[in-house]
Amino acid sequence: MIKVSNLRKSFNDFVAVDGVSFEVKPGEVLGFLGPNGAGKSTTMKMLTGFLAPSSGEVSVMGHDVTTKTLEAQKVIGYLPEGAPSYADMTVMASLEFIGHARGFKGRDLKQRIDNVVDRVQLASVLGKRIENLSKGFRRRLGLAQALLHDPQILILDEPTDGLDPNQKHQVRELIRNLAEDKIVIVSTHILEEVSAVCSRAMILAQGRILFDGTPEELAAKSDFHNAVSVRLAQLDPAVTEKIRALDCVSEVRSEGEDALMIFPKDGASILADVNQVLHTCGVQVEELHVEVGRLDDVFRKLTIGNQEVAA
Amino acid sequence: MNAALTILRRELASYFATPVAYIFIIIFLMLSGVFTFYLGQFYERAQADLSSFFNFIPWLYLVLVPAVAMRLWSEERRSGTIELLMTLPLGTFQVVLGKFLAAWLFIGLALLLTFPMWLTVNYLGEPDNGVIFAGYLGAWFMSGGFLAIGSCLSACTKNQIVAFILTLVVCFVLVVSGFPIVQDVFSSWAPLWLVDGLANLSFLTHFDAISRGVIDLRDVIYFSAMIAAFLYATALVVDMKKAD
Repeated sequence: MIKVSNLRKSFNDFVAVDGVSFEVKPGEVLGFLGPNGAGKSTTMKMLTGFLAPSSGEVSVMGHDVTTKTLEAQKVIGYLPEGAPSYADMTVMASLEFIGHARGFKGRDLKQRIDNVVDRVQLASVLGKRIENLSKGFRRRLGLAQALLHDPQILILDEPTDGLDPNQKHQVRELIRNLAEDKIVIVSTHILEEVSAVCSRAMILAQGRILFDGTPEELAAKSDFHNAVSVRLAQLDPAVTEKIRALDCVSEVRSEGEDALMIFPKDGASILADVNQVLHTCGVQVEELHVEVGRLDDVFRKLTIGNQEVAA
Repeated sequence: MNAALTILRRELASYFATPVAYIFIIIFLMLSGVFTFYLGQFYERAQADLSSFFNFIPWLYLVLVPAVAMRLWSEERRSGTIELLMTLPLGTFQVVLGKFLAAWLFIGLALLLTFPMWLTVNYLGEPDNGVIFAGYLGAWFMSGGFLAIGSCLSACTKNQIVAFILTLVVCFVLVVSGFPIVQDVFSSWAPLWLVDGLANLSFLTHFDAISRGVIDLRDVIYFSAMIAAFLYATALVVDMKKAD
């Protein structure tokens, strides 16, 4: 369980995190979303005890991070932004160091290293120096060191940044397969990642929480939520007019020569009505689908709208 | 203590993983040879002792110890590994201590490798080995003092060069404050306690005392207190500036 109440961090005049409160329960995978400089990393740094909050409280599994820092750090696995690691060490030496620092030794340590190396597929580079590794391997080493002590809480700052699509997929699988009683917090720029791995999404901008809910709820905030996209063999303006005349439709946009994007009023379900119009007009439909909502659209709406209000 | 040991092991391994350690040792040995035999006129003095070596070692350390100390924290902060290190369940002071001890042992190793000089002087005459032992001990303690100051200043900046220069200047001031020239400047007008205090603050005063063969508790306490104070300061600075 992570409890954050009224967390604030300011650097001189700049307020990076401005009164953030939330709770995360075991089993949740929380995605931090937000533009650069929104306070995602700063919040994570305070959760892991790296940065002391200006005010407010963070408790991790019952340990207050400010006063019982070491106890809290014992239950957290953390991948810092950019996955820093000691360039002059080999992958093996680096994992051994982390293991020792976490109090493991001997056969137990070896087993843990074997296990984690297997999970993030590092076996081929164990003897290599970190400075000679590709970005993808460095990121995976960062994940390995965060997973080594099988932590209750995993905090990953941009875990898939710089990975190729296959590696991204792998990391997402890894996060999804973590035991169900764990808490995972990931920050990301990639919106699909949120719907792919997170059970809960939180949008931060300018140090405040703008949205906190499931990825589905987030998608539902999109103008595109429940919008119907149709492509016809031939587009007749009369059909467009008929659809526009429907009570439940707020807007019809033409997308290219023979495609339409039909927006509902208040996110209502309009497929049936649209379908009926198409049917009665007897037009040939080549493609028809309902949009779930576009996350990047919501993201822009929420974060830019906020900036305008603030300005 | 376990935490400090873990850090110590990692740090020592990393010295020898790069050419840094070897270059440092070679330069240290070469320079100490040049200073002792040429500038110190080891043979011309025709005395069976190592005072020509110990006379120069504060100046040698003045340049070389800051070079070891500069990377202690600056490098961690520049490369971001400090975030990895300080989110492991290790106490800040333990980490500070581990890093310091690794560097101190490393400098101690370089110092031990000057043993051919000791062999030479024993071959040529019959020196007082107790005095020589005290000299080595004093030199090692002095390097610890320099190193603790360097550790603290290295934590203040991400830039190794800045850390090097700051350490050099502070150590220089601490060395020369016991010099007769500096003492003369103050002795004409300053009260006696200030002049004595300044002399007592000097590394040189205490090092000279030990290297004459008298291991006085006060000198040992001086260096130990110096090291402890600056390591404590390092821990404070690290906690304050780690996330900058």
